[in-house]
Amino acid sequence: MATMATQQQEAMTVPPRQRRRGISWTAFIWIAPAVILLIAFFVYPLISTIQLSFLDATSTTYVGLKNYQQIFTNPNLLDVLKNNLLWLVVATILTVGLGLIVAVLIDRVRIESIIKSALFIPMAISFVSAGVIWRFMYIYEPANQTQIGLLNAVLAIFHIAPQAWTINEAYNNFALIAVYVWMWTGFSMVIISAALKGIPDDVIEAARIDGASRLTMFWRVTVPMIAPTLGVVTITMIINVLKIFDVVYVMTGGNYNTSVVAMEFYNELFTFGNYGLASALAVLLTIAILPVMFLNIQRIRAEERTR
Amino acid sequence: MSSSEIPVSGGAETTLAEQIVAPARKRGGRISSVQRAAASPGVTILVVVIALLWSVPTFGLFVASFRPPTLITTTGWWSGLIPPWNFTITNYENVIQANGMGQAFLNSLILAIPGTIFPLLLGAFAAYAFAWLRFPGRNLIYFIIVAMLVIPSQIALVPMLSLFTTLGLTGQYAAVWIAHTAFGLPFAVFLLRNFFATLPKDLMESAHIDGASSFRVFWSIVMPLSVPALASLAIFQFMWVWNDLLVALIFLGGNPDRAPMTLTVANLVGQYGENYPVLTAASFLSMALPLIVFFSLQRYFVRGILAGSVKG
Repeated sequence: MATMATQQQEAMTVPPRQRRRGISWTAFIWIAPAVILLIAFFVYPLISTIQLSFLDATSTTYVGLKNYQQIFTNPNLLDVLKNNLLWLVVATILTVGLGLIVAVLIDRVRIESIIKSALFIPMAISFVSAGVIWRFMYIYEPANQTQIGLLNAVLAIFHIAPQAWTINEAYNNFALIAVYVWMWTGFSMVIISAALKGIPDDVIEAARIDGASRLTMFWRVTVPMIAPTLGVVTITMIINVLKIFDVVYVMTGGNYNTSVVAMEFYNELFTFGNYGLASALAVLLTIAILPVMFLNIQRIRAEERTR
Repeated sequence: MSSSEIPVSGGAETTLAEQIVAPARKRGGRISSVQRAAASPGVTILVVVIALLWSVPTFGLFVASFRPPTLITTTGWWSGLIPPWNFTITNYENVIQANGMGQAFLNSLILAIPGTIFPLLLGAFAAYAFAWLRFPGRNLIYFIIVAMLVIPSQIALVPMLSLFTTLGLTGQYAAVWIAHTAFGLPFAVFLLRNFFATLPKDLMESAHIDGASSFRVFWSIVMPLSVPALASLAIFQFMWVWNDLLVALIFLGGNPDRAPMTLTVANLVGQYGENYPVLTAASFLSMALPLIVFFSLQRYFVRGILAGSVKG
């Protein structure tokens, strides 16, 4: 009893309410440099781009929605949208899917860290160097000559005619997507792998005792358990891929029908000087990203609440 | 009576502790590696094959860069692996002497070091305010900054280019520093605020009670405790700036004296097209430092990725 009383007394001496400091106006000094830069580089350009998108190529006459109309009617620009959609679907599925498969496979392999490094190294390489690396892989020589590009040399072994990987419009977009997948699979693999380590052992044991096969276990246990992480990785990839520019820029410059929205934006701006159309493309890209952005913020807010 | 209470309260404490620790332990992963069966040899072989496939493109470029120019353009790099070996450093000598890769290396450093320190510092200032100071609009401003993480940076290029040109900054190192600071800030604020928010509250409170100013708390408590997060972020930002092409391409206004390695290599691609003796050596030189950073600090790199995307 005596101890309880002392404990209570001690509890009383500690201020019952959390010690709260008042509103700190100096906080605005702390955030000022960042906020000023961000207004200059994000808010102001966004507003100015939206304005420019309703003006003509030289930003002199108001043209209403003509630039947007052009994006959705001009066959070349429709191809650009189609390519971006192809990127969005194929590159996202491949980076997340391959990342997941590799992460599951290496989870019980002893040389896990070496394998991880091998897949992860491309993340440290610039798009420019990756471009050189893959141009070198894709080199095309006429059929009767020695193939010095690895891919065509492999085809030659099987007596298949050499392919112009980045030029043939039947598959050149896939050749470019392969470069991105090569660079980014390691990223999703590392994140998914960390989530896999978080699955409790008893869950796996229980499933195994119940006689679940490898495949059942993968779909019924592993995937549902790491679903939130898969969501995060997918969102990250979607945002990345929507904005894809570098790979296309270094591999083809958008030629041979491989252009995407960000590449076309760059070309309209710096090659053709069409400010109106370029701005409309940029606005379109931002609108496409908005839903994903809201998803992302909702997720972050939910995590804030559980903190 | 009092003595009988001690074990009870002690018992209650352990239960509470268990309640807190147990899920954490579960989340921490395996208790013993024995419980999970080791991978079958088939799986091991499969992942080794995947890892080799992933390494082949880089390895091929690496081998090619040490082959004599005439051989690079006439035979596949893999034939260079068969003895008698014929390797040389001519390509590297040529690239460094003739194509200004030495100056480009220096430029990359001059651009990347301030381009890493500035966003880190400004981001930390803002993150500290968002995590530990109370002010109107705190959450709103923070979430607007997080939203900026996804805005395509291309949007900023034209308005900023015209502003920089007016200010006479275009073609200067400073233009690239400022641009990289701005583009790096959303991620820096996001990652650091999350880390700062996990620091023990009591520590800040007691420092304030002892009369320490916010500025002092920031420099002598928050920053030293956040070294792991700062390191992850620094590596990230450094790699990002070092590997960047677009910002340098636009804000340096084609000034070759200040071009970083990525820009020099990109120009070589444009100039020589398929001149692989030059390109292989040049791109390998530009990859050298990021690869060294990556291999020596891989742990921090991975931690930064995890903190940025999973912990949220």
